[in-house]
Amino acid sequence: MNFPLNRDAWEAIVLTLQLAASATAVLLVLATPLAWWLSQTRSGWRVPIGALVTLPLVLPPSVLGFYLLVAMGPHGPLGQVTQALGWGVLSFTFTGLLIGSVIFSLPFAVQPMQNAFESMGARPMEVAFSLRASPADAFFSVALPLARPGLVTAAILTFAHTVGEFGVVLMIGGNIPGKTRVVSTQIYGHVEAMEYAQAHWLAGGMVAFSFAVLLALSMVRKRARQVLL
Amino acid sequence: MSTTDGLRLRLTLARKDFELNVDLALPSTGITVLFGPSGSGKTTLLRCVAGLERPAKGLVRLGSELWQDDTRGVYVPIWQRDLGFVFQEASLFEHLKVQDNLVYGLKRSKKPGAQQALARAIELLGIGHLLHRDSAHLSGGEKQRVAIARALATQPRLLLLDEPLAALDFARRHDILPWLERMRDELSMPMLYITHSTDEVARLADHLVVLDKGCVKVSGVAQDLLARVEGPAIVGEDAGVVLRGTVVQRDAVWHLAQIEFPGGFLWVRDAGMAIGKPVRLRVLARDISITVHETRDTSIQNHIQGQIEAIADDAHPSQALVRIRCGESILLGRVTKRAIDALNVGIGDAIWAQVKSVAVIE
Repeated sequence: MNFPLNRDAWEAIVLTLQLAASATAVLLVLATPLAWWLSQTRSGWRVPIGALVTLPLVLPPSVLGFYLLVAMGPHGPLGQVTQALGWGVLSFTFTGLLIGSVIFSLPFAVQPMQNAFESMGARPMEVAFSLRASPADAFFSVALPLARPGLVTAAILTFAHTVGEFGVVLMIGGNIPGKTRVVSTQIYGHVEAMEYAQAHWLAGGMVAFSFAVLLALSMVRKRARQVLL
Repeated sequence: MSTTDGLRLRLTLARKDFELNVDLALPSTGITVLFGPSGSGKTTLLRCVAGLERPAKGLVRLGSELWQDDTRGVYVPIWQRDLGFVFQEASLFEHLKVQDNLVYGLKRSKKPGAQQALARAIELLGIGHLLHRDSAHLSGGEKQRVAIARALATQPRLLLLDEPLAALDFARRHDILPWLERMRDELSMPMLYITHSTDEVARLADHLVVLDKGCVKVSGVAQDLLARVEGPAIVGEDAGVVLRGTVVQRDAVWHLAQIEFPGGFLWVRDAGMAIGKPVRLRVLARDISITVHETRDTSIQNHIQGQIEAIADDAHPSQALVRIRCGESILLGRVTKRAIDALNVGIGDAIWAQVKSVAVIE
């Protein structure tokens, strides 16, 4: 029997992991302040911004991908900016894929963190203030550590969700081997080419991976004794 | 108290259900108890002093330190106010060990003598054995003691306590009260203490502020306020006075101790108090009855001679509160109006107060 995963498959796996890791890293940095703001603000913007953040959860990925493709294209607003900056057009590139993934997974990062910050209540921050901590100091020394289970959940969900995305990648990545072809699109390619054995290996791997992620999540939640997401 | 000393408060804050409107000058030492029914604005007042709540118009000044003055556009954020705040629930940082909770504020206040202050706070609250424990795994009483020590360790100029014992059961409460009494007696730091427990008022208050519907009903020396018959600070079953005295004698046969107070002597249950020890006594109005002549054929052991100073209506129309002067002290007695009529006594008359029960609260 041949080795089940050929070079193309490995390339797709590595690319998928790279994409998921980058999206997770970017999202932790972006979503943390966003989640904090949503959990604390009394501004009238809270509800519309919250809805906007949740939008990728309900939109078909192809819709999201379509708009991103148009926006990042040579004539789209994002495309014009990137071209003016000398970065070229981002559609059909890894960076384009990363931007798409970040937007696509945004609710999966924001919601667990927002829940964690909200369930903490105002009290820990008030206590920190009364002990001479400035707001920034209190955020890093009290709010973030207390919300750690939420942060871990957000990271795991973002990673897993990015690994599992398909529609957005297909729309803005174009399924270019070694460049924008990830596992999910690779499987699609195998099936189209009637290579069921190859598809089985990758698909089975995805099932095992997803199961492991959910297992890890439930362990995090059990430790935190909190319901997150 | 001079005008530059102590805590000066002028606060106006409108809320949906009530309005806070206070103008207070509070002493720079001892425990000031804020007392009143729930919804009277005690917690809001305390949060305004701390800077957790910003009143629409306000002045908050501690000694020479100005924390808020809207006429001058001064507002110091809470983390720059030199205060300690103890919340109703202990609110320890559960991601930190007890020791790290204790040093959290101390590291940030950056004051000289921090280590000594910490050691003293640990000793004062008796929490030395808890330092390496997880803060999530302490009992309610232990958590609250750590929270108090954590606030003390920053050596604040003012300690604010918002019903620190309310979340604890009866036994735990009585575990912590002696620590608070120790703090009052051994620290010179002024404390603002919220409670709705008359027991805590009697045990802790040096100064008493009674709030009702966001306004100050009365503010003054606790001992004096508790002895008022017209609009007493505490009405109902818990009305009564607090006396300060010293243990002068112990009767080993009957297990009694004699307390001398400015105005006479009282026999109380001997709880193993050393002779010469200063004590606080709480005598409730309902435990005092009046006789015109000294009566010996009664089970009541404590008879104190005094003079009626005032008579006022009590909560129920059948009853009256009688203010009895005994030397330098005041007793408050609750009797029926019919009894006053039958005894034919009035203001200025000499009488005997029979004291049925006395609680030693310290």
